[in-house]
Amino acid sequence: MATAKEISTLLFEDVAVGDELPELVKNPDTKQLVRYAGASQDFVAIHYDQNVAAAAGHPKVIIHGALKSAWLGELVTGWMGSGGRLLELDVSYRMIDFPDDVATCVGKVTDARIENGVGLVELEIGLRQTDGTISTPGRALVSLPSREIL
Amino acid sequence: MTASASPGDTVITDELRSFIGLESIGVTYDIERHAVERFAAAIGDPNPLYSDREVAESTSYGSLIAPPTFFRSLLPDNLPNPFPEPFAHVLDGGSKYRFNEPVRVGDQITVVRKIVDLFEKHGRMGTMLFKVAEISYTNQEARLVGTQTTTTITYGTGEKDFGVGDG
Repeated sequence: MATAKEISTLLFEDVAVGDELPELVKNPDTKQLVRYAGASQDFVAIHYDQNVAAAAGHPKVIIHGALKSAWLGELVTGWMGSGGRLLELDVSYRMIDFPDDVATCVGKVTDARIENGVGLVELEIGLRQTDGTISTPGRALVSLPSREIL
Repeated sequence: MTASASPGDTVITDELRSFIGLESIGVTYDIERHAVERFAAAIGDPNPLYSDREVAESTSYGSLIAPPTFFRSLLPDNLPNPFPEPFAHVLDGGSKYRFNEPVRVGDQITVVRKIVDLFEKHGRMGTMLFKVAEISYTNQEARLVGTQTTTTITYGTGEKDFGVGDG
């Protein structure tokens, strides 16, 4: 069997509790919300119709919660590379985010352990608004390959 | 003018409660390369695992795969009976994903949604109904590839938003 050529794989031994993930900066615009609506089949009008958003008391259309989840998924999967596996992703939409605001995905390692020979890493993740508020907190669990096993 | 609700009132009637545990009719999707590419482009994720067949095949995945939240595009079908939704407006409260194995381009994924809990809260926007549903994604080899547990919040009266009342 040919050896896999992984994309920038992180090893379990490279990770320590307290490590911060490289930040992932997103600059969403209304066009991206429309693209996401089409790609995900989510046609709830508050994400593309200014009148519906205004009637609900918002200054403009709002970002799909699930798009924010997708960015947090990208934060984690991009960080771990193709050798790791995302096992769990939990996201809560505590606050609304708007297009044309910079949204920064952040994360840090909260636990690293070996269970049944598998290196597991717990992450605290979230979407940070420009004023530092975490609008969308979450967590993830990933498995990473180990140098011992490779 | 209608009387305002007293604290003892609940919107969760026995009829609503009877929907807990009911499953939607299964719907099966072919996972198409271009749908995966379009989804990855829409979320802005440049990972070649979703778009570059040669690179994806050289990794431990061995094939093109879909981004984790691609599940969102695989919409469940309706419940066998329409859910008697008492409210007009909808908010997404969040999702919990569990991934057993990746969704691969070429897979056939069957989607089933089940309401697992209903509860209500009283706040600034009046009574809000919280609906917790578990959506399962099963591949063509009958393996459960993942689940998504969603919390959907409905509230308020008036003309129903698109998507409200699908259960």
